[in-house]
Amino acid sequence: MNIYAYIVRRLLYVIPILLGVCAIIFILFNVVSPDPTLIMLGKHASVEQMESLRRELGLDRPYYVQYLDIVKSAFTFDFGRSWSTKQEISSMIANGAVPSLTLTLPAFFLATLVSISISLLVAFFRGKFFDKFIVFVCVAFMSISSLAYIIFGQWFFAYKLGWFEISGYEHGFPYFIPYVILPIIIWIILSVGPDVRFYRTVMLDEVYQDYVRTAKSKGLSDKIILFKHVLKNAMIPIITYVVIQIPFLILGTLLLESFFSIPGLGSMTLNAVNSLDFPVIKAVTVLSAVAYIIFSVITDVLYTIVDPRVRLN
Amino acid sequence: MENVVASIDTDKNEKSKSLWGHAWTQLSNDKMALTATVIVGVYLLVALLSFMGVIANEWSAEIGPSYAPPSADYLFGLDIFGRSVLLKTIKGAEIAMSIGFVTSMISVFIGTLLGAVSGYYGGKIDEFIVWFYTSFSSIPSIMMLMAITLILGKGVTSVYIALGLTGWVSLCRLIRGEVIRHKNRDYVHAVSSLGGSNLRILFKHILPNVTHIMIINFSLQFQIAIKSEVILSYLGLGVQGRPSWGTMIDDSKLELARGVWWQLGSATVAMLIVVLAFNILGDALRDALDPKLKGKS
Repeated sequence: MNIYAYIVRRLLYVIPILLGVCAIIFILFNVVSPDPTLIMLGKHASVEQMESLRRELGLDRPYYVQYLDIVKSAFTFDFGRSWSTKQEISSMIANGAVPSLTLTLPAFFLATLVSISISLLVAFFRGKFFDKFIVFVCVAFMSISSLAYIIFGQWFFAYKLGWFEISGYEHGFPYFIPYVILPIIIWIILSVGPDVRFYRTVMLDEVYQDYVRTAKSKGLSDKIILFKHVLKNAMIPIITYVVIQIPFLILGTLLLESFFSIPGLGSMTLNAVNSLDFPVIKAVTVLSAVAYIIFSVITDVLYTIVDPRVRLN
Repeated sequence: MENVVASIDTDKNEKSKSLWGHAWTQLSNDKMALTATVIVGVYLLVALLSFMGVIANEWSAEIGPSYAPPSADYLFGLDIFGRSVLLKTIKGAEIAMSIGFVTSMISVFIGTLLGAVSGYYGGKIDEFIVWFYTSFSSIPSIMMLMAITLILGKGVTSVYIALGLTGWVSLCRLIRGEVIRHKNRDYVHAVSSLGGSNLRILFKHILPNVTHIMIINFSLQFQIAIKSEVILSYLGLGVQGRPSWGTMIDDSKLELARGVWWQLGSATVAMLIVVLAFNILGDALRDALDPKLKGKS
C-alpha cells in the first residue's frame, strides 16, 4: 500500500476512536456520575437552588448537546471554566504544562538513556551471572511501591541529608532546577526496572538473528556487532516504546508533582479530583486521550517508514 | 525377551507429555518459581485466616504506648494509636490479596469473554469490540481509575470494580489474536462438522487452548492491583476505615521525620515480597506455558 494512503486511512480511523473516547467520558461524568449539584451544595440544598445551579453549569440541556460539547472540546481544546476556581481551563492547562515538562522531559530523557545503556551491557553479558542479577534487581525494584520510593527519598535526601528542596517550586530557568533534581532521580529509579526489562528483551530478540551470526563469522568483534548492528535494528521497537510515552510527559505525574508541590498538570488534576471539579477532570482526560491517539498514529506511521514490511499488511 | 516386549508396550501406552505436563516438570525444577509459589501460598493462607477472623482480629486494640519502636514485646512496633503494626500488616495482606484476587478475576473474565467473542465471531461484532477497547485504552488508566472511584464512592468495593474494569484490555487483545489463529485449525473444523455449536467450539475446544494466557495475565494483574491500591489510598480513593498497605505507607509520610520507620518498612517489605514472588511466578509461568518461547532460553 502507498504510504500516503496508509497515513490517510490511519488518520480517518482516529475519528471513531475519538468519538468513542468522548462517549466513555460522557457516560462516566454526565450520565452515571452522582449529581454534581448535590455534591457542590451539600445535603440541605433546596430544589430551586439545585435547579439554578444545574442551569448555570449547563447540566439541564439534553444529553446529546452535552455529548457534542465534549466532542467539540476534543477539537477546539476549549474546555470551559473550572467549577472551583472559575478560571479558563485551557489557560490552566497551558500554565501547568510548563512546570510538568521541566520535570518530565529531563527525567524521561535521562531514564531512557540509563535504561538503554544498562540493557546494552546486559545484552553483552547475556546468560551470565551479571545478566541474571540485573534482571532480578529490576524485578525487585519494580516490586516496591512508587509511593515508598517518594516518601523514603524525600525523607533521606531532603530531610536527613538536606541536599534537595522538596517544596517552593520557582518558575523560570534556571530557578526550577533545585526543585526537580530529586523527583527526576526518583523517576529514573521508578522507570529503570520496567525499561531495562523491555529493552533487554528487544536486544535479545536481535542478538539471536541470522545477521548477527553472519557478522560474527566475518570476524567482527562483539562490541561492534552490538553497537553497530544490534542497536540499529533494535531502534524500531525502541522508538515505538519511547514515542508512545511522550503524551504522558505532557500530563505530568500525579504523585511526584503533588509530593514535591510542583504546580504542574499532575497537581492540577489531583486538586480537581479532590474538589470534584468535573470539567477539569474531563478536560485532562480528553486531552490525554487525544495526545495518546495522535502519538499512536505517529508511532504507526514511523513504524511503516522504518520498516516497510509493515505496510503490506 | 518377554521383558523387552513388555517395556515397549508400556512405552506405547505412556502418553506423550502435554503442555501442562511439560510446564509442571519445568516449574518443579525451577527453585525460584517454587519458592515464589510457596510465598504466594503463605500470603494467601494468612489472608484467608485473617479474613475468617482467626488471626489479627484485634488489630484495632491499643496495646502499648504511641509509636513504640520494634522490640521483643511489640514485634513490628506500634503506630500512633499504640496499635500493633504486625497485625495491621497482616490485615493489609488480607486487603491486598483480596483486591488482587477479585480484580484479576473481573479483568480476566471481561478480557477473555470480549476477546474470545471478538476473535471468534469476527465481522461487525469484532469491529465493535476492537473499537471499544481501542477507545477505552486511549484514556490513561489512572484517569479511568479516578473517574470510576469518584462515581462509585470511596471504599473497598469501588476499588475492586475500578481496578477490575481497567485491567482487561491487554488480555482481550491477546485472547482475540489467539482465537483468530485457532478458529481455522483442523480441530475446530472437525468439531464443527460433527455438529458442534459455536458456543461449544469456543468454550469447550478453543478456550482450553488459550488458558495459559489467562493464567499468565492473572498473575500479572494480581500484582498490578496490589501496587495500584497503594496509589489509590494516597489519592484518598482507596480502602477506608481498615488498615491496608497503602494507608500504612501513606501514613508514614508524616512519621519518618519523627524517626518512625516501622510502618513504612513493614508495609513496603510485605508488599515487596509478595509482588516479587508474583513477578517471578509470572515469568516462570510464561516461560513454561508459552509454546512460542519453548526451546528459546
